[in-house]
Amino acid sequence: MSVVSAREPVGPIPQHHLSDDLLTAYAAGSLDEASSLFVASHLTLCPECRRRAAMMDEVGGVLLDDIAPVAMSAGALSAVLSRAEAPANDEPASMAGSRQTVFGADLPAPMRRYYGCDLDGIAWQRQGGGVSVATVPGIGDGSHAFMLKVEAGRAVPQHTHRGNELVMVLKGAYSDAAGRFGRGDVELADGDVDHQPKAEKGEDCICLAVTDAPLKFTGSLGWLLNVFVKM
Amino acid sequence: MRLLIQMGIIDVSSSMDYSGATAVAEPPPRNRVLSTECDSGLAVEKNGHKNRRPVRRPGKEMCRTIVLDAATPDDHKELMRRIAAAQDKAAFAALFGHFGPRVKAYLMRSGSTPESAEELAQEAMVMVWRKAESFDPAQASVSTWIFTIARNKRIDAYRRMNRPDLDENDPALVPDGPTAPDTAYAEGQVSTAIREAVATLPDEQAEMLKKAFFEDKAHSEIAAETGLPLGTVKSRLRLAIGRMRKQLKEFEE
Repeated sequence: MSVVSAREPVGPIPQHHLSDDLLTAYAAGSLDEASSLFVASHLTLCPECRRRAAMMDEVGGVLLDDIAPVAMSAGALSAVLSRAEAPANDEPASMAGSRQTVFGADLPAPMRRYYGCDLDGIAWQRQGGGVSVATVPGIGDGSHAFMLKVEAGRAVPQHTHRGNELVMVLKGAYSDAAGRFGRGDVELADGDVDHQPKAEKGEDCICLAVTDAPLKFTGSLGWLLNVFVKM
Repeated sequence: MRLLIQMGIIDVSSSMDYSGATAVAEPPPRNRVLSTECDSGLAVEKNGHKNRRPVRRPGKEMCRTIVLDAATPDDHKELMRRIAAAQDKAAFAALFGHFGPRVKAYLMRSGSTPESAEELAQEAMVMVWRKAESFDPAQASVSTWIFTIARNKRIDAYRRMNRPDLDENDPALVPDGPTAPDTAYAEGQVSTAIREAVATLPDEQAEMLKKAFFEDKAHSEIAAETGLPLGTVKSRLRLAIGRMRKQLKEFEE
């Protein structure tokens, strides 16, 4: 057994989890960057999905072990050994620029790396209707993720989804027809869902959202919000 | 110091061909001998591994010879231990002989040309050497660890992105509860359970799993390519994963 961490849990254990589809694609490495960021952020907050993700990686390992090998070139081993022993200055910098906060963190590390700051440093763009957004910067493959902040007690205008929308709560909580969603909880909305999430009173609700097609707002403020998610 | 290592698909002592080429033409017998001359100072301790017994070879007194099944996760872990502890090149050669050609095959299956698969596989194996000390046998099997290295190399190279991943030291990390059953990993049981589950999957599910893991395609692309409805692709994957989960539960309860 590993040593049990002495620190208190940072947050509650999430009740709404990632789908097997997402975890499989994440392990396989076939997810786009925005969705990978979403998965990595949830894994930070969810011990249960970390175990499921470890199992998926293990599947990859078993399949790798089983694959029909293809011969390496002659001399490959000595080439690798001489490169391996050379001074390691050609390592790609792995997502440098993460500013670690010392006393806990609101955003999971994968998100802090993109934003370059924690939640208190985010520049929000107000959209009206008690809604603000902050696009995740620096995503290079054309996929999109953004944070959505809904003022305490307010509802996001009613909308349907032309594609899939993945939402995870980072702070506060909201409720919709599917139940209550708090920190780390994931909701997947597809084209059939016409929902109106409402932030709980007392605290603004901040979510990470990934869409693979623009949201289509159907309520009275829809025209405004359709502008900001036009991406 | 004479090192005699025969393991799996390469034979360091008698051949300079490290390419793993023999693996294609002639699969190795399951049980090969990993032998370490006693004067090398690298004789393997038993390390509490029940299935690993020293065997004396005739004419070589005092020399412990370890019978290893080249395909078991424990053997790979032993090789990793030697690489991390003593920068053991012979152990690395054995590991390279097994995994190099597999990593190359994986990269080719996910769309690389043979040339770039060779290059990336070499880069991945350089990482294996350099990061050997960070390998934690309690967390994963060696094949899993190498799979993740190769996968991330592929993502870096072809998608031109760093794969977002969690940070174990993140202050935001919600830690495992005190009852997290992590002992199964240390004993290689998870790997064994998954191996058994994969081996007994119906062909159509196993094939879908390999497509999903190896071909760098979204599930919708797999559906388009195979002509199967997306729902069928997803349900085959879910059935396969459900079966593995069921197998794992037996270890956890």
